[in-house]
Amino acid sequence: MAELTAVVGIGQTKYQAKRLDVSMPGMIREAAERALADANCTWKDIDAVIIGKAPDLFEGVMMPELFLNDAIGGAYKPMLRVHTAGSVGGSTGIVAASMVQSGVHDRVLCVAYEKQSESNATWALSIALPFSLATVAGAGGYFAPLVRGYIRRSGAPEDTGIRVAVKDRQNALRNPLAHLHLEDISFDLVANSPMLWDPIRYLETCPSSDGACAMVMEKASLASKRSGKVAWIHATEMRSEPTMFSGRDQVMPRATLDNAAALYKKAGITNPRREIDCAEIYVPFSWFEPMWMEGMLISERNEGWKMTYEGATAIDGDFPVNMSGGVLSSNPIGASGLIRFAEAARQVRGLAEKHQVDGAKKALGHAYGGGSQYFSTWIVSSEKP
Amino acid sequence: MSDANEAANEPIAVIRTPISLDYHYSAGQSASRFLRAIAQGKLLGQKCPVDGRVYFPSRGACPQHGVTFGDEVVELSDKGTVVTFSIVRVPSENIPLELPYITINVLLDGADTILIHVLDAKLEDVRMGMRVQAVWKPKEEWTTSTANILYFRPIDEPDASYDSYKEHI
Ligand SMILES: [Zn+2]
Repeated sequence: MAELTAVVGIGQTKYQAKRLDVSMPGMIREAAERALADANCTWKDIDAVIIGKAPDLFEGVMMPELFLNDAIGGAYKPMLRVHTAGSVGGSTGIVAASMVQSGVHDRVLCVAYEKQSESNATWALSIALPFSLATVAGAGGYFAPLVRGYIRRSGAPEDTGIRVAVKDRQNALRNPLAHLHLEDISFDLVANSPMLWDPIRYLETCPSSDGACAMVMEKASLASKRSGKVAWIHATEMRSEPTMFSGRDQVMPRATLDNAAALYKKAGITNPRREIDCAEIYVPFSWFEPMWMEGMLISERNEGWKMTYEGATAIDGDFPVNMSGGVLSSNPIGASGLIRFAEAARQVRGLAEKHQVDGAKKALGHAYGGGSQYFSTWIVSSEKP
Repeated sequence: MSDANEAANEPIAVIRTPISLDYHYSAGQSASRFLRAIAQGKLLGQKCPVDGRVYFPSRGACPQHGVTFGDEVVELSDKGTVVTFSIVRVPSENIPLELPYITINVLLDGADTILIHVLDAKLEDVRMGMRVQAVWKPKEEWTTSTANILYFRPIDEPDASYDSYKEHI
């Protein structure tokens, strides 16, 4: 039986286009120290450190975990670096949780980050594979044809993506840490923004952000003694699958469906839409909200767009999604998954300030990466399972 | 204080440290056969022994079933169907195409996997199900390279039905 584990501290930097005032080590230390302060801990209280970031080619720094060891308090402690493409932040949280759940460590710090201002992610994601033509300009170039496939099969109205973008950008106005604060956000502003990778418009895409997110997790015997609010980890789940094989459903990969089913089974959830109070989902392009509502088995197949249309996913809807403003409002790639996990934990701790969902007790954190081939998710709750 | 001193006191926020990478990539038996064929203007796919699906280009093993393909090859047509597409208006330093351009996921006739390529067509004409054909470099310029195919272009055939390609999106 796994040790029950809780999130007891969360630290984030302000997400922005350029953090020129700090180095990479300085930026992640800022998030880590905030998480320690929130957990009422010091560096010496941490047994092990888990760090996550997206591909090394982004910043061109090979094995950054080596030179970041001291900045994250890793000296003379177990330190492990995690990588699962865009989902890495989520996987980092899951690896950290598993260190405690397994009984190996009592208290673990995890940190995930990206400094996109020192990086060229679109370049790094557009490298030609041997013997094939480089035509896919960045992640948007890869995902746009799949979004078109989703629209075709679901019959979703063409403006679904615009509605998601408006909603997430409105939520970001409640979150002082969000990178983009578009005060004048409106349907027309998104609709009239340039088409970048048809059918994905400029304001339907995520920004390039600098930032880091950190979390402290500990075992129940320690966490139960705390007077402050903690987030109990009810279940974690990960899945992967190959990028390309014949008949692969790239829009609705089997890995997401298997992952969702396994996650809910572990968490004892039979009706996710009813039993989960809110969700932070990895939506780097607006259309992925309806796609992952289906991929996470929250909506019926081909009907995810209805949740957007009916306002279910609004912050005052029956299934709020991306209360923080989501990846559409802040995208330090390597950290983005952990930020989703952190927002789920903040919600159930009741500490999400102006983007708090009233009475949120159970929340879903979600990340995906690669060619829709890595999935990392968790369920956290204000109550022990 | 002189200008030079002032410049010296400016904090250094970012420095550029360019690196370059040269890859030596071993093609392996399967890709070598494919590349020698494309130097002759032939497109070779391979069949998965488990489900009989034809992979193109083949990397010699099935990603789904984890089995190697045998020596049997399947010659494919250079005609195919646009399964899905995007019109790209975002530049990338390592893509030498003029913006905007159309990327297509194309299902070659006889293949069961998609190929990502470029379509030369009017932006308003491209659609799912559109029939297309490869445009090759002049024969005397063919080498062991997929660059022998320059791009695809539309052909005068009725669109393929959605059901015939929908599982490849
Ligand atoms: Zn196979």
